[in-house]
Amino acid sequence: MTELPTSTAKKLGLVIDLDTCVGCHACVISCKGWNTENYGAPLSDQNAYSGAASGTFLNRVHSYEVQPPMLRDAPQPAQLIHFPKSCLHCEDAPCVTVCPTGASYKRVEDGIVLVNEQDCIGCGLCAWACPYGARELDAKEGVMKKCTLCVDRIYNENLPEEDRQPACVRTCPAGARHFGDLADETSDVSILVAERGGFDLMPEQGTKPTNKYLPPRPKDAEPEYDILAPYLEPIANDSQGFVSWLDKALSALPGGAK
Amino acid sequence: MHPAPSVIIFTTFSGLGFGLLFWLGLGMPAATGWDAFVFFAIAYLGAVGGLLASTFHLGHPERAIKALSQWKTSWLSREGIAAVATLLIMAVFGGGLVLFEMRLLPLGWLGAAGCLATIFTTSMIYAQLKTVPRWNHWSTPALFVALSLGGGALLSGNFEIAILLLLASGALQIFAWMSGDGRFKASGTTMESATGLGHIGSVRAFEPPHTGTNYLMREFIHVVGRKHAMQLRVISMLLGFVVPIALLLGSFNHWLALIAVASHVVGVITLRWLFFAQAEHVVGLYYGKR
Repeated sequence: MTELPTSTAKKLGLVIDLDTCVGCHACVISCKGWNTENYGAPLSDQNAYSGAASGTFLNRVHSYEVQPPMLRDAPQPAQLIHFPKSCLHCEDAPCVTVCPTGASYKRVEDGIVLVNEQDCIGCGLCAWACPYGARELDAKEGVMKKCTLCVDRIYNENLPEEDRQPACVRTCPAGARHFGDLADETSDVSILVAERGGFDLMPEQGTKPTNKYLPPRPKDAEPEYDILAPYLEPIANDSQGFVSWLDKALSALPGGAK
Repeated sequence: MHPAPSVIIFTTFSGLGFGLLFWLGLGMPAATGWDAFVFFAIAYLGAVGGLLASTFHLGHPERAIKALSQWKTSWLSREGIAAVATLLIMAVFGGGLVLFEMRLLPLGWLGAAGCLATIFTTSMIYAQLKTVPRWNHWSTPALFVALSLGGGALLSGNFEIAILLLLASGALQIFAWMSGDGRFKASGTTMESATGLGHIGSVRAFEPPHTGTNYLMREFIHVVGRKHAMQLRVISMLLGFVVPIALLLGSFNHWLALIAVASHVVGVITLRWLFFAQAEHVVGLYYGKR
């Protein structure tokens, strides 16, 4: 049944640090790789080698430019922020309750939102209900695909222990992605959220997302860039010959530059 | 939202079909024999044809039967159950009228209630979505029910009722447009709340996640159709309501009634096209679009 559990034992999820994300898209690629080769229908591409390429991804990285307001009449530099986005495994997941077949469900034991692909009719209503664009209907398989939080990695005892985390977290070269239990207040991810002021996306939608985002840290004051400027002044002032005569002659004219 | 032909055909024709069945269930008109057969055939063509069209956009239509299982939470599932139950009840009721000239009125009333339930549950599939602020309002189910019963009254020859219901639907539609135009803004969802970066400053989409398009953009961001929205609103008002009402006010003539029905159907198709094309999903904000 697509009723949501009243509470889950754990709330497994991601904490994404917008301060450290460098926008390399490695998480996008490792996610697509792992989830195409393993659990469920592969993530297909259409016209992959053309100008109109399109495909199914469970994780995408947007980039935003944020323009701070003027500070004491001085314009402030804009900030570029890379913004990875995948399923937020919401506590009050609207995608689950709208599902007509029971294919979508939220697990009682760890709160992961999954799709049983054998039951999915591909109606797309769950994607309509999700405000975050976390679900994509695979154009080849006709079933709904979404982030599984790498459920086939995190409990997989055939993998070395350090690999038992979502592929995106394992691959992130900047350490911008963290995985853990957000129901446990003493977990690393919970402490990170508390210390850094982690926030929800679109809180007004009432979905109570499990995944949290850490805000970019305030930028340092701009350094004095022209510290070397005096040494970089043009030094070839001593022109010679005709150019030198022309320079002097023009300077001598009324209003001429000295 | 992408105005998919399958969904426009489904909501238009199954709406009309169930609207006609509603009046037939109430015994208005009290037709029997061949007359009843023609009425029921038109109603089932609309209702069943519409439902079949809606399965065209499914990834796996062969599993559609599974959609009847989640009535506890899913409006789509409830709609499926209401539609199937109503069609079965009305088949028995219609069979009695056509084959035996037998009027099982309580069954007809039950079927009429089923028609109302089907139209209402269909509309709630859209009205429940907080992600599409324009739809997320009581006017969506009110309009679906009024349009359906008005169109049904027109098809069933209940012209006085049809005129009243079409007037009401037209007024409701204008209200839905006027109130709906500002609802995205009123929902409070912005690029700042979507990204959580509003505390720094104003947010602008700098680079999309990919060079091409994707499922989300195809399904939820439909900008092209909004260009002629105002003209289409006027056209749909004229065809859907003004022309049919004007034709019905004159003396009755089968040809004029047929033109009134055709005009109304084209009008409703235009309305439904606008219903989807003008609806903006909040996910567009992540792409800096609406």
